[in-house]
Amino acid sequence: MTRHSISPRKLLPLISFSVLLIATFALQERAMSYLGLNLLFNLTIPIALATIGQLLIIMVNDIDLSVGAFVSLVACVVSTLLVQHPWLGWLALAGLVLAYAALGALIHRFELPAIVVTLGMSFIWGGLALVIMPAPGGTSPEWLRALMTVKPPLAPMAVVAALLIAAAAHLLIMRSGIGTVLRGLGGNSRSVARAGWRLSGLYALTYGLAGVFGVLAGLTLVGLYTSSGASVASSYTLLSIAGVILGGGEFIGGRVSPIGAVLGALTLSLAGSLLAFMHISPDWQIGAQGAVLILVLAARLLFTRREALL
Amino acid sequence: MNTSQPVEAVVALRGVHKQFGAVRAIDGIDLTLAPGECVGLVGHNGAGKSTLVNLINGTLKPSRGEIDSHVTRGGRGSAIRSVFQELSLCPNLSAAENLRIAHPTLKGLGWRRRAGAEIRASLDQVFPGHGIDTDARVDTLSIAQRQMIEIAIGFAPRGGQARLVILDEPTSSLDAGIAEQLLAYVERFCAEGGTVVFISHMLGEIFRVASRIVVMQDGRVVAERASQDFDRDSLVDAMGHVAQHAPSADRRRDAEGASTAGAGASGETVIEDAAGLSARRGEIVGLAGLAGHGQAEALARLYFAGTSGWRAPRQPRMAFVAGDRGRDGVLPLWSILRNLSLSVLPAGARRGAVDRHAEATLGHDWQQRIGIRSDDLGNPITSLSGGNQQKVLFARALASSAPIVVMDDPMRGVDVGTKQEVYALIRAEADAGRTFLWYSTETEEVCQCDRVFVFRDGKISAELSGAEISEERILAASFEMQEN
Repeated sequence: MTRHSISPRKLLPLISFSVLLIATFALQERAMSYLGLNLLFNLTIPIALATIGQLLIIMVNDIDLSVGAFVSLVACVVSTLLVQHPWLGWLALAGLVLAYAALGALIHRFELPAIVVTLGMSFIWGGLALVIMPAPGGTSPEWLRALMTVKPPLAPMAVVAALLIAAAAHLLIMRSGIGTVLRGLGGNSRSVARAGWRLSGLYALTYGLAGVFGVLAGLTLVGLYTSSGASVASSYTLLSIAGVILGGGEFIGGRVSPIGAVLGALTLSLAGSLLAFMHISPDWQIGAQGAVLILVLAARLLFTRREALL
Repeated sequence: MNTSQPVEAVVALRGVHKQFGAVRAIDGIDLTLAPGECVGLVGHNGAGKSTLVNLINGTLKPSRGEIDSHVTRGGRGSAIRSVFQELSLCPNLSAAENLRIAHPTLKGLGWRRRAGAEIRASLDQVFPGHGIDTDARVDTLSIAQRQMIEIAIGFAPRGGQARLVILDEPTSSLDAGIAEQLLAYVERFCAEGGTVVFISHMLGEIFRVASRIVVMQDGRVVAERASQDFDRDSLVDAMGHVAQHAPSADRRRDAEGASTAGAGASGETVIEDAAGLSARRGEIVGLAGLAGHGQAEALARLYFAGTSGWRAPRQPRMAFVAGDRGRDGVLPLWSILRNLSLSVLPAGARRGAVDRHAEATLGHDWQQRIGIRSDDLGNPITSLSGGNQQKVLFARALASSAPIVVMDDPMRGVDVGTKQEVYALIRAEADAGRTFLWYSTETEEVCQCDRVFVFRDGKISAELSGAEISEERILAASFEMQEN
């Protein structure tokens, strides 16, 4: 039925990921193993989850500058409260998701700029995290540690998790009915309202889902690190935005790709590892990630121009 | 009156008023819509048609008065559907996905397949042979195809049945053949007991489909009669504009004789492109043919070739009037004045800063000349009705000193009276030496031109000038090759 040719622009996230992966394997062939792949990617799992959260927000034409602080706060809650008082811990996490949903409804209801509101919220999340955990420490709940160190057959946990996240996000956002409505919100919210939907409910749902992915990111983070701190995930804000854009998403118009975004997150972490294999100081890591971002965006621009000419 | 018994009415409005702040948008309307009738709704821009539509479909609540309906009205699952003039699909979704948004019962596994089947069935019914890929993202489709999808979504069952469909300027971006398919379908739909409210500035279409015509002016119904009781002149009269078709056409022919003679003597060619498009100074050149046959692309090519550069020159070579207002015309966050003065900013700047006084004078001047309906040019542009927004875009182009004005179907959704004013303005500017390139889907407009290029499949299929310009010649040149 579908007779769309896949444009090179859509394949760009996969191409850029493959190029970096091949380069990594060429420099360090031991990375091409079960253990090597796991080491290469397992710290990407929480970033990929946070990236999906960011993608949901960007999908409705907003941007979330509080992802990093939020994931850090979740990590603090998980490594203290959830270990000591599991019930209270889960309650707190549910409360955080609800707070995100309420923020979404508020931003829409009063037509506030999301960039400002989330920037402000990032200080609140950060402050709460410091209150809970003034100094880095804590432990991971046993089950969580066990889950994150499980060794599935065939492919390592990191790869399996990345595939799972991509598939789940794709089903939720691209295939499901409600995901379609939420994408429509980014495309033309007036048309969605005219069709009889309550917009504040939809925005609350979008932000709430983003909050769920933020909580998942915090959980997996603690499972991997077995400890946390108030600013453990502060780099996630920019990494998640970069991941969405690397993955073919656009800032406005509801044009996003969850699979691309997961690939984008993997690409960014590869860019960092590649430097290590090239024996370049990790100080350059952020610069390298930036360079990858600029290269991929430049390629995308070229493809877009060529498509426009055809 | 031929109003039916109230029990039967799909929707009945009694003494309905709607007020926005101090503005009376709807000022006491009684209207009954019965099954099986097609009501033509006409009125000039700002007469209150859109507000009336939003009252009928339940988007707005009346300030006073009652609206009764025995079908589901408003919300998802509404049996009253509206297809709006400004395209209101989600451009990032496919046709099938857009249907999902308006569909209350499309749920569970396999909804995509069912959505695709439903929208295709509806498209096949209204526009047989449409050739639209319902899985393609809407922003990859042409504006005519998007409009067709919107109409098809309006008529689709959507888990119930469409009882009343309100079509607001549905044919403004469709070419004649496809518009005819729609009109034929509207007749069939009404014959089967459906009701249609048909809003159009193309009076021929209204006469073609409407069984009853309702004329609005300043938020009131000023005339309401069976359509055979109107003729073109009495309808235009009722709308509050003086009927003027034959005289203006004669005047045009005279003026044209004079101006072509003048142009022949002095008119150096100011535009010539590889595809064969050319224009002389002071000439109005039309681009005609079926919608989507490469006219807009030809204009864009010409415009970008002539204007792209790192610096905006003080004396621009070309100015552009957009047809797709939302996409390439209006800056929705800016005021009316700023939207208008955009094209003259480099010329009016003093040491890099905007001369606010000159800007205000210019705005005031053009508000007078082109009749922009607003008390304050500082209001946001989106506070204006569609036709008035379009006037601002005209003013933006004409206010610049550009010797060439490129117009991409600029009269979409503009009422008859305004059109006549703008025709006169364009003619006057042309006589003063400006060159116009004018793409239009309406034959009436193309006939205002001195020379016409007819496009077919992205190429120029005919060049007509002077007395050769006629509806028959243009249609012949648009269709010729499609036989074989």
